[in-house]
Order: sequence, then C-alpha cells, then structure tokens
Amino acid sequence: MNLPGSDRYTPTAIALHWVAGALILGNLAFGLYMVDLPLSPAKLKYYSWHKWAGVTIFLLSAARLVWRITHAAPALPATMPAWQRAAANASHHLLYALFFAAPLTGWLFSSAAGFQTVYFGVLPIPDLLAKDPALADTLKLAHRFVNYSLAALVTVHAAAAIKHHVVDGDDVLARMLPFLKPRT
Amino acid sequence: MTRFPLLAACACLALAMPAFAQAPQKVVAEKSHIRFGFKQMNVPVEGRFRKFDATVTFDPKKPEATKATFEVDLASIDLGNAEGETEARRKPWLFVEAFPKATFTASTVKATGPGRFEATGPLAIKGVTQTITAPFTLVDAGGMRTVEGQFPLRRLQFKVGDGPWADTETVADEVVVRFRFVIPSTTK
Ligand code: HEM
Ligand code: HEM
Repeated sequence: MNLPGSDRYTPTAIALHWVAGALILGNLAFGLYMVDLPLSPAKLKYYSWHKWAGVTIFLLSAARLVWRITHAAPALPATMPAWQRAAANASHHLLYALFFAAPLTGWLFSSAAGFQTVYFGVLPIPDLLAKDPALADTLKLAHRFVNYSLAALVTVHAAAAIKHHVVDGDDVLARMLPFLKPRT
Repeated sequence: MTRFPLLAACACLALAMPAFAQAPQKVVAEKSHIRFGFKQMNVPVEGRFRKFDATVTFDPKKPEATKATFEVDLASIDLGNAEGETEARRKPWLFVEAFPKATFTASTVKATGPGRFEATGPLAIKGVTQTITAPFTLVDAGGMRTVEGQFPLRRLQFKVGDGPWADTETVADEVVVRFRFVIPSTTK
C-alpha cells in the first residue's frame, strides 16, 4: 500500500492506467470509425467488438476504482498552485465517473435499441431496458455526449501531464511512467 | 296460411347457416401478428410485419376442406431500428420494390391432436417458392378463434440476405416465424 507521502503510483496503478487508457482511446477511435460505415456484416461485427471492449473497460475500471480507493495516490508537488491541485483532483474524479458512464450509456442504448450485449458472443448481459426506439435515440445521444466529453477531458489530461514534465519540470509524469526517473 | 312465409324464412336461414360458417373470414388485425426472430452475432433479434392480410375458410371438423391464403406486406417490416428496416427492404434482403408481398397458401391442413393442426403449402418470398409445414393450435373463446403457431425457415433458401450478407456467422440462416391470427368464429 502506498503511504500518503510516497512519490509514485504503485506498479499496479501504473499498469491499470496504461492498459485502461489504451483500451479507452482505442474504443473511442473505433466507435467513431464504425458508426460512419455503411451497414454491412463487417459493421455488425465491429459493433459487437466495440461492445465487448466496452464491457471489458467497465470491468477494468471497477477493478481500478477498488485499487484506487485502497491505495492512496501520491501527493501532488508542493509547487503546484491550489487551483491546479483542485483541477487535477476534479478531472481525475470526472474521468473515473466517465469510465463508468461511457459503457453504461452504451449498454442502456443497446438494450433500448433491441440489441442485447452478449459478451464475446458467449455471456449474455441482461437488458436493463425494454426495446424502445424513442428512448434509444436519446440514449444514443447520451452515449455520444459522454464519449465526446471523455475524449475532450483525456486530451486536456494528457496535455496537462506533458506540461508538468516539460514546462513545470516536476515529477508528476514520472510517477505514472515507470521508465522516467524522478528528478528530485 | 300465415305460417308458410315464416316457415320458409326459417328453412332459408337453416340452409344459409352452414354456408355462412364456411364463408371466408378476415383476420382481426389488431389482435393478430406475424413476428420473426433470428440471431445476429449470436444475439437474438426480434421483428414483425405491421401489415398483412389473411382470408381463411376453416372448419376444425373438416380441416381438409380448409382454404387459407396469407399475404404479408414486406415493406411493413418493423425491426425497431430505421437503419435496419431500410436495409431489409433493399435488394440483397427482401427487395420489396420487385417483390412487395410474401404469400402462403395452406393447401393441406390436418389435425394432429385435440386443438392441434398442421398446415402445409407453398410459401413464396422474393420470387422463390418452398413448401413449408406450420403446426398451429386453435382456441375458440368469446366468439373469437385464435390460431397460433410457428415454423422455421432458412432465409438463404429464399435468397434473403444475398452477397456479403450470406455470411451466416453475422446473421444466422434460420429465422423462426411466429404467427397469431384472430378470426371471428361463426360456430360457438
Ligand atoms: C468505455 C467504453 C466505450 C467507449 C469509449 C465508447 C465510445 C463510443 C464512441 C466514440 C461511439 C461513436 C459515437 C458517435 O459518434 O455517434 C460509440 C458508439 C456506440 N457505442 Fe460505444 N463506447 C463504449 C462502450 C460501449 C458499450 C459497453 C456499448 C454496448 C454495450 C457500446 C455501444 C455502442 C453502440 C451500439 C454505438 C453505435 C451508436 C450508433 O449507432 O450511432 N459502447 N461508442
Ligand atoms: C498520453 C497520454 C497520457 C499521459 C501522458 C497521462 C499521464 C498521467 C499522469 C502523469 C497521471 C498522474 C497524475 C497525478 O500524479 O496526479 C495520470 C493519472 C491519471 N490518468 Fe493519465 N495519462 C494519459 C492518458 C490517459 C488516458 C487515455 C486516460 C483514460 C482514458 C487517463 C486517465 C487517468 C486517470 C483516471 C488518472 C488518475 C489516476 C488515479 O489517481 O487513480 N490517462 N495520467
């Protein structure tokens, strides 16, 4: 367990950050790509893969949340202004919220659209909602809105991490990158 | 003398009764349905046809005398998803522009048990005709006769889902058709 004064994320937290991060970025890009395709057998396959990846991200995020609650994050550098600490804190909370909102809206949308999610084509995930085309349209927009917000926030997040490293010259990025040596 | 016309009227009515019982009946649309189910990426998907028409002359005591024709307006497909419906009407699927209707004629009907029957006849979809057998049950209640049953069909036998869609890993070949027809019954 990380002590509050510890200067790094645990290897588990680091692994989860990068694995989940890659999956989420991948599913964002894949989602954007697949929706514009003309209807074809390939498109139906991609939709299923997108949903399976989304369910995986949900499970991974749940594991990650449990890890985060039981393992404190390293304290932010004392050199950071109060507003930046608040912004970092708020954005991390919001990111975690979106990790769940993205797959949940996708799942609810699929249910309302009448397409059940069958994890890897084997494990049926129950439909929470009955088929309802009008509700499906709304949930589709909700899924899109959540994902666009997630994409925007992740962009700001990555830019901020790089800014810490390049402009501020602090160890914030190093705490999340095992091969970067802390400078202090 | 005054009794004569009355008697004649009675006789007429009595004669008319069996004929009336044999008269073709139209289904009650709001209470009837034609639904279908298939698997897409191993996920069950349900749909139905909003518009269809059936003309039935059926006497459970004489099933072999049955005359029944069914017509399904294929453009009325309902998948609860506009993109899917547009696709289903297109040439690779139902090609409704060229083949607006699917038809089934029950050419033989036989009893298979109490309240159970089996209808066999040609089913035509998209220019392809195949003989199918559909088992159904029959219940008479409240002046209504309810006929209910289901049968499987192979969409590729009717060239439904041609070309790239012939890939049955994405959309299964088997489609189960479930029907319910409610017909006003003339015999109580
Ligand atoms: C964290 C996980 C997920 C991410 C990042 C994600 C991302 C996206 C994105 C970016 C789109 C395109 C939105 C648009 O431009 O219209 C999309 C569409 C879609 N997503 Fe997800 N998604 C996730 C999880 C899920 C899950 C779990 C499901 C279902 C169980 C799902 C079902 C769908 C469906 C069906 C569409 C297509 C919507 C349409 O037809 O327009 N997604 N997703
Ligand atoms: C190139 C891209 C990225 C870089 C450089 C980066 C960098 C970082 C750094 C340095 C931290 C630690 C912040 C701190 O010490 O307070 C962090 C935390 C975090 N990152 Fe990223 N990240 C990237 C991409 C992503 C992506 C794609 C996601 C999610 C989709 C993500 C989600 C998070 C979350 C939720 C935290 C908070 C972790 C916690 O406290 O449990 N990151 N990231």
